[in-house]
Amino acid sequence: MFAYIVRRVAYAIPILIGVNLLTFYLFFVVNSPDDMARLHLGVKRVTPDAIEKWKAERGYNKPLLYNEAVSGPARLTNTIFFEKSVKLFAFDFGHSDDGRDISHDIRQRMKPSLAIAIPTLLVGLLINITFAMLMAFFRGTYVDVSGVILCVVLMSISAMFYIIGGQFLLGKLLRLMPISGYDTGLDAIKFLALPVVIGAISGIGAGSRMYRSFFLEESNKDFVRTARAKGLNESLVLFRHVLKNAMIPIITGVVVVLPSLFLGSLLLESFFAIPGLGSYTIDAINRQDFGIVRAMVFLGSVLYILGLILVDVAYTLVDPRVRLS
Amino acid sequence: MIMPVVLWTDALVFLLVGVVLFFILYARRKPHLRAPWQHVMSGRLASASIVILLAYVVIGLLDSLHYRKALENVSDSEEVHYAVEVLSVLDYLVGPLRTRTEKTYSSPFATHLYAKETIQHPDGSQTREYPRLAYGGRHLADPEVDFAGDILVRVATAALQTALACGLILVLMGVWLARRSLSSVGSAIRDILARRTRIPLLVIWVTLGMLVLLFFLALNLSMAYHVFGTDKVGQDVFYQTLKSIRTGLVIGTLTTLVMLPFAILMGILAGYARGWIDDLIQYIYTTLNSIPGVLLIAAAILMLQVYVANHPEKFETALERADIRLLFLCIILGITSWTGLCRLLRGESLKLRESEYIKAAVSLGVSHAKVITKHILPNVMHIVLITVVLDFSGLVLAEAVLSYVGVGVDPTMNSWGNMINSARLEMAREPVVWWSLLSAFLFMFTLVLAANLFSDAVRDAFDPRLRQR
Repeated sequence: MFAYIVRRVAYAIPILIGVNLLTFYLFFVVNSPDDMARLHLGVKRVTPDAIEKWKAERGYNKPLLYNEAVSGPARLTNTIFFEKSVKLFAFDFGHSDDGRDISHDIRQRMKPSLAIAIPTLLVGLLINITFAMLMAFFRGTYVDVSGVILCVVLMSISAMFYIIGGQFLLGKLLRLMPISGYDTGLDAIKFLALPVVIGAISGIGAGSRMYRSFFLEESNKDFVRTARAKGLNESLVLFRHVLKNAMIPIITGVVVVLPSLFLGSLLLESFFAIPGLGSYTIDAINRQDFGIVRAMVFLGSVLYILGLILVDVAYTLVDPRVRLS
Repeated sequence: MIMPVVLWTDALVFLLVGVVLFFILYARRKPHLRAPWQHVMSGRLASASIVILLAYVVIGLLDSLHYRKALENVSDSEEVHYAVEVLSVLDYLVGPLRTRTEKTYSSPFATHLYAKETIQHPDGSQTREYPRLAYGGRHLADPEVDFAGDILVRVATAALQTALACGLILVLMGVWLARRSLSSVGSAIRDILARRTRIPLLVIWVTLGMLVLLFFLALNLSMAYHVFGTDKVGQDVFYQTLKSIRTGLVIGTLTTLVMLPFAILMGILAGYARGWIDDLIQYIYTTLNSIPGVLLIAAAILMLQVYVANHPEKFETALERADIRLLFLCIILGITSWTGLCRLLRGESLKLRESEYIKAAVSLGVSHAKVITKHILPNVMHIVLITVVLDFSGLVLAEAVLSYVGVGVDPTMNSWGNMINSARLEMAREPVVWWSLLSAFLFMFTLVLAANLFSDAVRDAFDPRLRQR
């Protein structure tokens, strides 16, 4: 098992290198730092001095890959590539445009992101499984058909409508919860309730439909027929045999997104003004802060790959038939 | 005098239309392709959604024929100058909607502005009141008295026109069916109404009828009122949402068109060649996949902004600038979304490669290129089709989110994402400005719902694994 995990982690390294090279290419080769400086300072009437100053402030005034001006190993390390890309591997993200330490910001903002992402995931999971089991129990009847149609309708509504509509209805008209904001400690609950509810509702359509198909797939299998044949009633069959086996794809689907929960939700966080990583990313994009975007790209891919590894490990734990090859 | 303008996306849209038409003609002659499509068409929900999708496509295509008008010749020179404003055929058809702008917000069917203004009377006194709109309901002498009657007359006119048009459509459908089944027109119409046709023509007729009703309602009402109100700068919201259709369709379709060649080539190659080619291709798509999509798009769009800002000379009009951004967005979305299809195709070709007919072809000395194009490609096309159709609605929805994040289409371009984005602040106003959000919601929801229902039907018809159930 240990050797298997080590091998999976080793596989991840070339992928991270690829991500790193790609972001380096996108951010520094496609457009030179001079171009970026001009965009930030305004295209017209910009002096070369101002560009040099802008670049020096951010450490962009070095050669891209190879520094001939210095000697020794510094020829390779005193470059943009080393300073900005290689250091990502040590999770050293450098400083944002307003001079803050990105790593520190990320660590601080993870907590609110998790505070909203984890309850949303759990509540959504509970609703989806219940709803899907209801449809699977009444499969082929009007309950099932109308449930599926309801799912398709819910799927066809953009997440933004759920958020704006929910804020308007629950926050503004009924005044049940504050429209947006965040607080620390227990006070956070009243701010988190609305985004969690909306986040869970917006996932019902796609989630329940998928889980329903998992349940139906299992309930067509031979062992289910055997269970029915030996006289178990339908609800016992559903809970004891179908649910247990359908949990395998459901769990793997959840495990793969677990690490990405740290990144938070772009939409929910920015609409509800929650100081998590999602709103951090959006703010960075709007301010065109390349340092933060680069850091988030790298962090995002690390977490994604971590999710893949976790899912492989989870598979071997849940399903003994999967061999460690 | 007009000068046709072919934008990049226009060219690609018409290329796509050509490809689809070619495919339809091709599929008509192949029974194994015709059968699943007939299965799709025989579903009631599916055929209704096809009609709705076609209506959207027609509007989108009309909006893809662009031109620039010639300016009045002021000097005596022979040279003709063209306006910088690029218009489309749709703009021409709905002309008044585009040009009749109010001062600021006004609610649907309003005759007065949303905000109070100080009005100077001829006798020198001033009052604060809601001024009349410049265009909405201008023909009414006294809005409070005439309004209801006027609306009633217009709705009744629309209903009458719809009834006539629907009758005509029914007769045309009857004639078409009669010619195919060699019966009389009367009995064909009775067949349609009694739902005795293989394709659910009654459903199609009812759906068409509803679309025709909406069309005539829009025709009669929108020329005199702002049916969906006006936005902050007084532009008709109905016009904006009509223009947004093209943006949504372009994102949903061109993205897949852009990514298809890569996905098909790489996927089949990886599965068929195996070995180091397989490893390399798997490495490429895992790497691309591991970057969070939104962030990759954000990074790429930021880079495009830098490029456009530094090369203003390459883009003559604002629309061209917006268009190149739309195309670029399609390409980037394609890059982030081709990996799923590639993985599916790889798996399928791995399986097909071991099948007997391919082994037979190889042992008979058929070249690899021919095996791939003649034997593997046709047998994975159903996966391609299902993916393309399934992806469409997701892409339309993604556009809205991306525009909100600030990395979607150009802020000057009409799109549902931009409409929702501005509606977010409008919902906080007092009284609430809800009509932008509502119209974006209605048009987007209808399109996505129709696309979802259609894609379900396509998947059921083309996926043999599902059909057995």
